[in-house]
Amino acid sequence: MEFLVATAVGVMTAAGIYLVLRARTYPVVLGLALLSYAVNVFLFAMGRLVINLPPVISESATGYTDPLPQALVLTAIVISFGMTAVIVVMALRAFIESDTDHVDVALPGEDAGKGQR
Amino acid sequence: MNHWVILPILLPALVAPLIALAMRFDIVLARIFSVASATLLVVIAGILTGMVVDGAVLSYALGNWVAPFGIVLVLDRLSAMMLLLTSIVGLCVLLYTINGWDKRGQHFHALFQFQLMGINGAFLTGDLFNLFVFFEVLLIASYGLMVHGGGALRVKAGVQYVVINLIGSTLFLFAVGLIYSVTGTLNMADLAVGVRDVPAADQALLHTGAILLLVVFAVKAALVPVQFWLPGTYANAPAPVAALFAIMTKVGAYSIIRVYTLIFGGTSEEVAWIAQPWLVPASMITLVVGAFGVMASRSLGQMVSFAVIASMGTLLMTVGVFSREAMAAALYYMVHSTLAAAALFLVVDLVTERRPGQADLLSVAPRFHQVGLVAGFFFLAAIAMAGLPPLSGFLGKLLILDAVREAPEAVSMWVLILATSLLIIVGFARAGSTLFWKSSAQEGVIHSRVRPRALPYFALGALLAMTVLLTAFAGPVMLYLEETAYQLFNPGDYQSAVLFGGLAGGR
Repeated sequence: MEFLVATAVGVMTAAGIYLVLRARTYPVVLGLALLSYAVNVFLFAMGRLVINLPPVISESATGYTDPLPQALVLTAIVISFGMTAVIVVMALRAFIESDTDHVDVALPGEDAGKGQR
Repeated sequence: MNHWVILPILLPALVAPLIALAMRFDIVLARIFSVASATLLVVIAGILTGMVVDGAVLSYALGNWVAPFGIVLVLDRLSAMMLLLTSIVGLCVLLYTINGWDKRGQHFHALFQFQLMGINGAFLTGDLFNLFVFFEVLLIASYGLMVHGGGALRVKAGVQYVVINLIGSTLFLFAVGLIYSVTGTLNMADLAVGVRDVPAADQALLHTGAILLLVVFAVKAALVPVQFWLPGTYANAPAPVAALFAIMTKVGAYSIIRVYTLIFGGTSEEVAWIAQPWLVPASMITLVVGAFGVMASRSLGQMVSFAVIASMGTLLMTVGVFSREAMAAALYYMVHSTLAAAALFLVVDLVTERRPGQADLLSVAPRFHQVGLVAGFFFLAAIAMAGLPPLSGFLGKLLILDAVREAPEAVSMWVLILATSLLIIVGFARAGSTLFWKSSAQEGVIHSRVRPRALPYFALGALLAMTVLLTAFAGPVMLYLEETAYQLFNPGDYQSAVLFGGLAGGR
């Protein structure tokens, strides 16, 4: 199981980094989403992988799984979900305003002035 | 428990939604509430500083959950100083934006309050994961402020800014995960104890986590090799927002100082001073990159951004020495460079507004409205930033030069600081002569729709007055900072306040 989870985290991170390094906003957003999946699974595994053990105190329990990483992952999921929404909206706005989805920005002086204020 | 500690987070957290929900269409009311909240924050930060000036460390257990099981807020000399600095810069920038910047987009005042809440929280928290959460709070607000007013170029730069920070957040989570997996705690005071008991087999994981965390903070502090986002962001953000962002790079510097003196400090055996071999060379290159960037900039906004990078290099190079004297000097320079950078960004905005078409490009153009007054403010702010006497930049650099004499890299530090100071002075002198001096030889006048108002100048003047005060009262300020440095290098009080103080109900 450890091997499976570790491979999943590794593959998702690698794919995420590759996509983030693309020059267009859509692959970059996808890459960020993959990276956040990877880190969520990674955080979850940091509490050690166990099967069929409760996170809170119960009388019949033979052992416990660490509840803290699960709480951390929940927080991280909420934040990364919100952030993905923000970046999608901003990428869309940038595309609408500048008619291109390239991530690069022109240097000052190459455009007339500093764009619209 | 002392409930004052949570007020710097609670107040903006209550005012911001109130402004967003109830005053969305009433800019006057929003301004009143926003300024009142920012003023109150200055008062609260002043009172909090008064509480810890004798060396007390106040620990506030949220929900009365005892540390290390619950999340704590911790107020010591360093946090109190950063809170005071944030609130002063925040108030000045807010007063400046009332000249009309706040009307160019939606929800400016609400975002501004959320931004202050996030920054204050980052300075107060005593928990590593909670630090991540407050980073996200201040970042979400900064995304909104960054693209305030819109425009194709600004939104594009905004997308870059969001992407780089989302990658930074992912790295933060990886680092926190690694550290938690080997220590089993996220409370900073508890981590300082926990890292000592990490078995030898797990040391590699702990080292990786510690260095990964340094990279995350370096992204925030704009340290080479992750400094590239800053000029694009700051130069394309609305200039008053960039002035507020001057404090954001210091959040990165603060986190480095806090984590690498408390958790990975002198008592942590295997991982003691783990940041030192990386921090000094990286900041040296940062300083050089910043100075050359100042020389090569094509617009004033870009030039100030590179000056910020250079100041971060100077600051973190001094922090990287990890001695008490150097830390006190670095903290003085941190306060000074925040005030100077904020003032310079406000000057950038004054220039931009008065040169429609040219904006802040370093080009020769006819005279503009109030050129003499703006030039005077630019002169003062540039002197402060470059480190010329008589303002606090000179004192700051002098203190740093004096404090790093004992360091092994002292010679190269001296050479770098002096050489880059010269480059920055030349850069700013050239910018000033292009913008203000050569324009007087040109025919005609640039007409702009700017109405002369006193408030922007008052806000800018207040920032510069703070650097003058920082110079005049350098003695008492240094006394406070030396005690702050002492507290940082003797974290026993901090640990006992967090781990045992909460139980007794604090002070």
